[in-house]
Amino acid sequence: MTTSDRGFLQTLWDFFCSVKLAIFLLILLAATSIIGTIIPQGTPPPEYLQTISEGKYKIYQALGFFDMYHSWWFILLLYLFTVNIVACSIKRLPRVWKIISEPVLVMDDSFEKTLSLTHDVKMNGDAASLRDKMAAFLKGEFSEPVITERDGEYHLFAQKSPYSRLGVYVVHLSIVVIFIGALIGSFFGYKAYVNIVEGTGTSVVYNRAGQKPIDLGFTVRCDDFSVSFYETGAPKEFKSLLTVIDDGKVVVEKRPTIVNDPLSYKGITFYQSSYGPAGEDGLYHFTVRERKGGEPVRLSLHQGERKLLPDGSSMQVLEAAQEVSQFMPQFSGAAARIEVTPKGGGEPQAFVVFKNYPEFDAQRGADLIFTYDGSDEKMFTGLQVAKDPGVWVVWTGCFLMVAGCCMAFFMSHKRIWIRVRKGQVTLGGSANKNQPGFQLAFDGLVEKLKQL
Amino acid sequence: MTSSMLFNIATFSYLISMLVFFTFLAVKSKQVGFTGSLVAYFGFVVHTAAIILRWKESYDIGMGHAPLSNLYESVVFFSWTIILIFGAIDLKYKYRVVGAFVVPFALLGMAWAQLGMDSGIQPLVPALQSNWLLYHVITCFLGYAAFAVACGISIMYLIKAGKDEPSGGAQAGGIIAMFPSIKILDDLNYKAIIIGFPLLTLGIITGAAWANYAWGTYWSWDPKETWSLIVWFIYAAFLHARFTRGWVGKKAAVLSIVGFAATIFCYLGVNLLLSGLHSYGGG
Repeated sequence: MTTSDRGFLQTLWDFFCSVKLAIFLLILLAATSIIGTIIPQGTPPPEYLQTISEGKYKIYQALGFFDMYHSWWFILLLYLFTVNIVACSIKRLPRVWKIISEPVLVMDDSFEKTLSLTHDVKMNGDAASLRDKMAAFLKGEFSEPVITERDGEYHLFAQKSPYSRLGVYVVHLSIVVIFIGALIGSFFGYKAYVNIVEGTGTSVVYNRAGQKPIDLGFTVRCDDFSVSFYETGAPKEFKSLLTVIDDGKVVVEKRPTIVNDPLSYKGITFYQSSYGPAGEDGLYHFTVRERKGGEPVRLSLHQGERKLLPDGSSMQVLEAAQEVSQFMPQFSGAAARIEVTPKGGGEPQAFVVFKNYPEFDAQRGADLIFTYDGSDEKMFTGLQVAKDPGVWVVWTGCFLMVAGCCMAFFMSHKRIWIRVRKGQVTLGGSANKNQPGFQLAFDGLVEKLKQL
Repeated sequence: MTSSMLFNIATFSYLISMLVFFTFLAVKSKQVGFTGSLVAYFGFVVHTAAIILRWKESYDIGMGHAPLSNLYESVVFFSWTIILIFGAIDLKYKYRVVGAFVVPFALLGMAWAQLGMDSGIQPLVPALQSNWLLYHVITCFLGYAAFAVACGISIMYLIKAGKDEPSGGAQAGGIIAMFPSIKILDDLNYKAIIIGFPLLTLGIITGAAWANYAWGTYWSWDPKETWSLIVWFIYAAFLHARFTRGWVGKKAAVLSIVGFAATIFCYLGVNLLLSGLHSYGGG
């Protein structure tokens, strides 16, 4: 290795050890992150593309602005940031570790001058008995001291929470741990989705990026799907009853899965996400009776199908809804809009019948009175499927981050030295954070010492 | 007594408190400053009762959820947390004059919520039906409130530092003389931020945990998530600049105000101007 090589490596190392770089990267990450919150990410909607010029589109495309958080330059920034954090920590940790593991045990005159908090107290007694008195005092009021003898003087040293100095490095480590967790997730996990029609099952889900099929290795069946609404028509709950069949055996049976309560099996989690009608083959049920009396007749028909009624007229279903309050706020429950064509043709009549209001149609005044008995229209449930083996690594990192923040901000390394000479005791103190608070504690300690 | 009436009393109390604090700036009487704090505390107690009552009212009409589910409720809660953090700092450090710069933030929030927003209790959509809502919203807003207090203190700092400079260290007269020394203001700014930063961190983490629980991804670069990270980056830069590069005083005050501006954008700007998953501000 030539000297210029070493010079270059040294310069590179110094570059990454700089806190200036860390501040610069933090500001740069903050500033560039704004781009992706303004420009729609993923596949931008056509309306958006119409608002920007061809040239702008090409520039955005080239810079990866439509998927900027995964673009090479943003990922590079994140890697630079990680290297920066690690280098800064490696450079500074040994010095901090030395303060913790090899504390200054002796407060000599030159060291005393570096301390902002010192106090002399005159006390009677020889050095040895004062030493014992001071040791007991520190143990009772602060913490267990270490005693060193030098040139006939005794030096006592006591400290509290020295490890709080590591807080900032715990935070740095936590960021690296979170990144590792994210990498594990992106290499060994996937995000997928699947739509399952009620009563059917699947063992294949589809990757959200690229629609690539993924084999689950077991089958998930949707036994039932239901949706309920508030009186205002806003959705209240979507619920799928899911059954998992692994190796021919039912291992999870009819587990209700709702938003905010997913189903997990073998590290793969299924989240209730969307729903919809499975197709046009739903069957609708009605009861028809004649106003003048007689046996009610039950009818079942598909949408678009025409059925003959007892009086020779015919009916068909135009549309139906599970919850009508979205369209007609004064009503609730299932409803169907049907059309009745009089016998031998003529003007067809369309009207709505409600499942929850069986007597409603009587008010229409027609000879035939309809009630709607509901449908067994098949629904599909839309599930998000995720596998992320790195998620526990991420949570570990998050825990470390909070613990590290508390250590770094709310705890301080407090140190007290006492030098014992014949007839004289000198106190020195220092804290690496919250000096005013420590000064109060130090003054209190001095007062107590004077009372001895 | 309805929660809406109590919210109005709280808003009115903050208005009185602010006016008393302004009087305090002029007359410099200790009793007046004490009265300002007392009125703010009275407002806080009423405010707390109102939030609890609204919670109960939501159960009475069969919707039963914590009052943290839409923009109105979040602004009301934000004001509450600002007074909470102000109270903590007021009781601990006793610099009453800080109230003149912090209570207006709470008053602004309450006045906006009471006068400009629909206060009706709405049912909880499925996405918000989770205990995580409580943990996530409380940690985030306590963090936001600490940053609001830091911003108020930084504004005081800049006024004081600006007035002190030309007189060349001579005693500045009038209102400014009431301010704590710039050293203390700088320290309070830092103290408020080290309360806010871990809370924001917890808020982001609880949000990620909830997102993972509800959707299977702890991070999806949604605008709200991204902006919370931007705020986090800014305050992280503040802390590093302070610890290792000696950025104190004016630079720190400016960075604290920039940080709070980003916080407000994260809270309101994202909902009102951008689209995303946190839709409570929409429409």
